Amino acid sequence: MTKITFIQPDGESQTVEVENGLTVMEAAKLNDVAGIEAECGGACACATCHVYVDEAWRAPTGQPSDMEEDMLDFAFDVREGSRLACQIKVTSEIDGLVVRVPAKQF
Amino acid sequence: MTNDLKTNASEDTIETDALIIGAGPCGLFAVFELGLLDIKAHVVDILDRPGGQCAELYPEKPIYDVPALPIVTGQELTDRLMEQIKPFGPVFHFSERIDGLERQPDGRFKLTSDAGTVFLAKVVIIAAGGGSFTPKRPPLDGIEGYEGTSVFYSVRKIESMRGRDVVIVGGGDSALDWTLNLQPVANSLTLIHRRDDFRAAPHSVEKMRVLVRDGAIRLLIGQITHLGGSSGELSSVTVKTAEGEQQIACNALLPFFGLTMKLGPVANWGINLHENLIPVDTERFETSERGIFAVGDINAYPGKLKLILSGFHEAALMAQAAHRIVFPDKKVLFQYTTSSSSLQKKLGVK
Repeated sequence: MTKITFIQPDGESQTVEVENGLTVMEAAKLNDVAGIEAECGGACACATCHVYVDEAWRAPTGQPSDMEEDMLDFAFDVREGSRLACQIKVTSEIDGLVVRVPAKQF
Repeated sequence: MTNDLKTNASEDTIETDALIIGAGPCGLFAVFELGLLDIKAHVVDILDRPGGQCAELYPEKPIYDVPALPIVTGQELTDRLMEQIKPFGPVFHFSERIDGLERQPDGRFKLTSDAGTVFLAKVVIIAAGGGSFTPKRPPLDGIEGYEGTSVFYSVRKIESMRGRDVVIVGGGDSALDWTLNLQPVANSLTLIHRRDDFRAAPHSVEKMRVLVRDGAIRLLIGQITHLGGSSGELSSVTVKTAEGEQQIACNALLPFFGLTMKLGPVANWGINLHENLIPVDTERFETSERGIFAVGDINAYPGKLKLILSGFHEAALMAQAAHRIVFPDKKVLFQYTTSSSSLQKKLGVK
């Protein structure tokens, strides 16, 4: 099991534990994390599971693919560390991952 | 669909057995199931082509859980459904949204589209999936107040932008096409995108770069953070770039952030809703209003799964119930397409 912490815009944080192999989006949905909509269900087709990966975790989570980069154009307030949670795989390497949920998903 | 039909529609009411709202896989398969029971259908969709989410969100992505098709893309599934329903001659009305629905004294439904098309239907099938696709509204404070006057999600007349200080946001084809089209008429034009990479067609990007080089337009790599203006008239936008924030004059803002799904006018039709879904019974898939059915992702019932295959099943049962309304005096004889010569005749089997 791998731990992931989601921090809401108001500072409230929620740490969830999920199995490896899922995506960070699925981890959020399974645990009713607020602010992750995932309208398309994880097809990298809607940009409503936008999160900001905490600086310390940007190396282990890697860079967005070209497809994800294109889809991030549809997200609002894209910053350094912006990712789509459906494109981050949960592995032991990211145990302890911290991501921030944006104020709005559109 | 034919243009003649569309032109006539503005003057004449289109009478049909069934009106299907939504041309996604479930709406398309509803044509098939209704067709086998001799129920003719018109289909309305807000998108400009069939397929719904399959076409709009994931045309190239594989679907693995459609029975007997181990792998099929959203586009292939749509194409195959279109082929399957061809014998029933459905009439499509694309790029239209049904706004109004009223029951008539004779029990039929009068439906009106945003393009002014009027339908009279004996039954209505809502197969609207996640709702109608609508342009995404950037969550900027006060943006609603400028919509229609200074903020536009589509441009109907290029002339309406003449002499204006236009700001276009986005990096796809819509943003680039409008940049190229409006540059000649605008007083000033600024294209804003979050990165210096554009998804749009390379030749459009190339043309845009030339305009930037010639000083005909301005390109800013950044994001809008604030709108300035008063009483519905935008006067400036604040843009955050790598160099910091700057305010630029703007009285026409065109944000292109793709589409999202909203329930839309369905909410105003007097049908019972539950959390933006339409509760139905699992025998007829009928809503709280007799003669109005709901199939696919938009309906809700105990055990509901939002799967294409569930929507297909729902369409088959719905058609049986719709038949009782469309042909109250006829009995349905249950038949198989494999063995029934009458069904095969309808399907055009030779």
